[in-house]
Amino acid sequence: MSTGTQVEVVMPQMGVSVSEGTVTKWLKQPGETVALDEPLLEISTDKVDTEVPSPGEGVVAQVLVQEGETVEVGTVLAVIAPAGAGSTEAEPAAEERVVADAPVPEPATQAAAAEVTASSSAGEGMPSTPTPAPVTSSPHVESAGNGRTFVSPVVARIAAEHGVDPNAVAGTGQGGRVTKKDILLYIESGASGVSPPVEAFAPEVPEQAPAAAPAPPVSATPPAPETPPVPAAAPAPAPTPPAPTPPAPVVAAAKPAPLPAAPHAPALAAGESEEAMTAMRRGVAEHMRRSLDTSAHVTSAIEVDMSRVVVAREDLKQEFQATHGVNPTYLAFVAKATVELLPRWPYVNAEIRGEKIVTRPFVHLGIAVALDEGKGLIVPVIRNAQDLNLLGLARSIADLAQRARTKKLLPDDVQGGTFTITNPGGFGTFHGTPVISQPQVGILGTYALVKRPWVVQDELGKDVIAIRPLMNITLTYDHRLVDGAYSGGFLKELRERLEDWEGSSG
Amino acid sequence: MAEKTYLQAISDGLRQEMRRDPRVFVLGEDVGVYGGAFKVTHGFQEEFGPWRVLDTPLSETAIVAGATGAALMGLRPVAEMQFADFVSCAWDHLVTIAAKQRWRAGTPVPITLRLPSGGGFSGGPFHSQNPESSFAHIPGLKIVCPATPEDAKGLLASAIEDPNPVLFFEHKHLYRRIKGEVSDDRYTTPFGEARVHRAGDDLTVITWGAMVYTAGEAAEKLAADGVDVEVLDLRTLIPWDREAVLESVRRCSKVLVLHEDTRTGGFGAEIAATIAEEAFEYLDAPVRRIAAPDAPVPFSPPLEKAYIPQVDDVVAGLRELAAY
Repeated sequence: MSTGTQVEVVMPQMGVSVSEGTVTKWLKQPGETVALDEPLLEISTDKVDTEVPSPGEGVVAQVLVQEGETVEVGTVLAVIAPAGAGSTEAEPAAEERVVADAPVPEPATQAAAAEVTASSSAGEGMPSTPTPAPVTSSPHVESAGNGRTFVSPVVARIAAEHGVDPNAVAGTGQGGRVTKKDILLYIESGASGVSPPVEAFAPEVPEQAPAAAPAPPVSATPPAPETPPVPAAAPAPAPTPPAPTPPAPVVAAAKPAPLPAAPHAPALAAGESEEAMTAMRRGVAEHMRRSLDTSAHVTSAIEVDMSRVVVAREDLKQEFQATHGVNPTYLAFVAKATVELLPRWPYVNAEIRGEKIVTRPFVHLGIAVALDEGKGLIVPVIRNAQDLNLLGLARSIADLAQRARTKKLLPDDVQGGTFTITNPGGFGTFHGTPVISQPQVGILGTYALVKRPWVVQDELGKDVIAIRPLMNITLTYDHRLVDGAYSGGFLKELRERLEDWEGSSG
Repeated sequence: MAEKTYLQAISDGLRQEMRRDPRVFVLGEDVGVYGGAFKVTHGFQEEFGPWRVLDTPLSETAIVAGATGAALMGLRPVAEMQFADFVSCAWDHLVTIAAKQRWRAGTPVPITLRLPSGGGFSGGPFHSQNPESSFAHIPGLKIVCPATPEDAKGLLASAIEDPNPVLFFEHKHLYRRIKGEVSDDRYTTPFGEARVHRAGDDLTVITWGAMVYTAGEAAEKLAADGVDVEVLDLRTLIPWDREAVLESVRRCSKVLVLHEDTRTGGFGAEIAATIAEEAFEYLDAPVRRIAAPDAPVPFSPPLEKAYIPQVDDVVAGLRELAAY
């Protein structure tokens, strides 16, 4: 009857660059029986959150890593003992025996469960008779450890390069595995959502027709931020009663869920539908919550008469486009003015690092880009933006837009920002309160450029009403570091710089 | 340019080398009066005389040792083993002396060993082997495994020119079965350059020798499934064309290594390991090997057919890879 050896459940490798993972929930408790490939636990890594299927069948003999703990890839998380073998939990002996009698020890299952071996076919004991078939190795995808989430090296690399979550791709390989062709087709089709953020990005603010999907007027980090492990998780010893179903309430109580998505979601009501969160959405969700929990967000707004910028832009437009193939967008003008100002207002371009305030003479300017169909946000960064003139900034912004659209952003492109500009004005919104991209302390929001009746002074110093192109600009700042007067000073200078724009500045 | 069998191409190539270079001579069992077990040197003694087409005693040790000595004295011997299987008798002289002489004393050993190899005709366990991997493991030896008449002639010329001991594995099953256009002019085919036997973009088969044709036929069947298989003929194992292999693997991401030699320690293992080292991040499936089982080649025709990888075996392997 021997059912072979115990099977160890290890923290799986969920991507080339992932070195550790956090156990977020045990779906089976010690003493419970588990079938091969049945979901055993949930884990969370930098890249993905996923269920781990059981690599063997039997009884959960030991749980070695508790919920909330973060361990390295390869760490043994649990031990599955063969059904019927002495379990550490004495309780459900009767139940075990029933299970043990049922579908147990097919050698094939055992072999697959015990260890993944590619060489299990012929080849070994053959001195007596020649084998009738050439020896071949058979790739058993279903026994490859990670079950449905198995990602081949090439798919992992392509996914990392394009910032795509392989779990979001429909797989046509064995057992639904995502093949190289699947992910390439997925990226080509643009379904990944990493593509056409240009609409939302709207370098051409006023001329942009409002797009269908409203982009959230917020900024966020790229899909894989350095998610801190679940903070201060009491390592719930989970004194589980030998219940046949996982005791959700205990888990929920013990876990300061890193994400709002509760694991014990109520059943769907009629008409409701649900979909899995992508890794990017989880990353965005985590970052938004963390940013609001971290910074003391305050937003101030200014109204800027963009008349001179409009004129300057008209002057430059043809030259820029004809000579350089670059469109001088309003965003580029605002970025230019901002970047020129920031060195004079170092706390807006700063960071709180522990007990210290870190300022810098350079500006790595993040440009928030909303992804298609509300699929997420990404903030590519223009490094050393202070070194660029208007042309250079316009070109950099266009380049980032282009590369975001074609999924050519590199990991370095989305890291290290010191200040961010978000531009939801393409949808006609005139105000918003963006969320700061951590660990920065400021984010500038630019809104729709609209013609408005505006009180100006005529040549005689008399007040008259004129039609002027107005743009609202907000600065959302972390009040822990930046005070209202300081931010007001920054905004005032920004407004003056834009209203008094000098053509030579380009 | 004429259509020649694989065997005729070797024979003509050898004759051409002997005509152009008086240092080249052949030696072996029955190569002279009888013209060789497979008639590769048929008519050679008449043309070149008994001192350049030398019948030797039945001693592979003497043949390889004599060839080594002659090479050290400045000649270009081409020694024939009646069957590649018999080269094991000459292991010591080949491996201990010939392969190491260049490093020990700096003197080149330009010998060529012609090794009729391979099965497929019920030759049994002593006359059917493909021992190339045993020698691929020995530093100092070069290993050549032509699959086409054109390559057989060109690689033989390169082997004779090469200053190192070269093991020239000529596949017996190809001798009269495979024909192809071969230039009458003298030419050399460089070592270490793979040949694309069939271009494709979905799967790569890496192979050599007679298996090139098995792979080619299997690839045609996969084409009916809409799977585009590339077949790379390595042509030489030492040196082997890593760049061509890695390029193809990076492009196709799924790879099958196929050889007629037995599996364990076969040269396919070296290729698979190199792919794992150099192209891991380009793989979309485990590297797969199809080879003969770790057993002697059986005499019985049905057993031999079951033993040597057949087109259907390769088709099955390719389909599995395609579905992975």
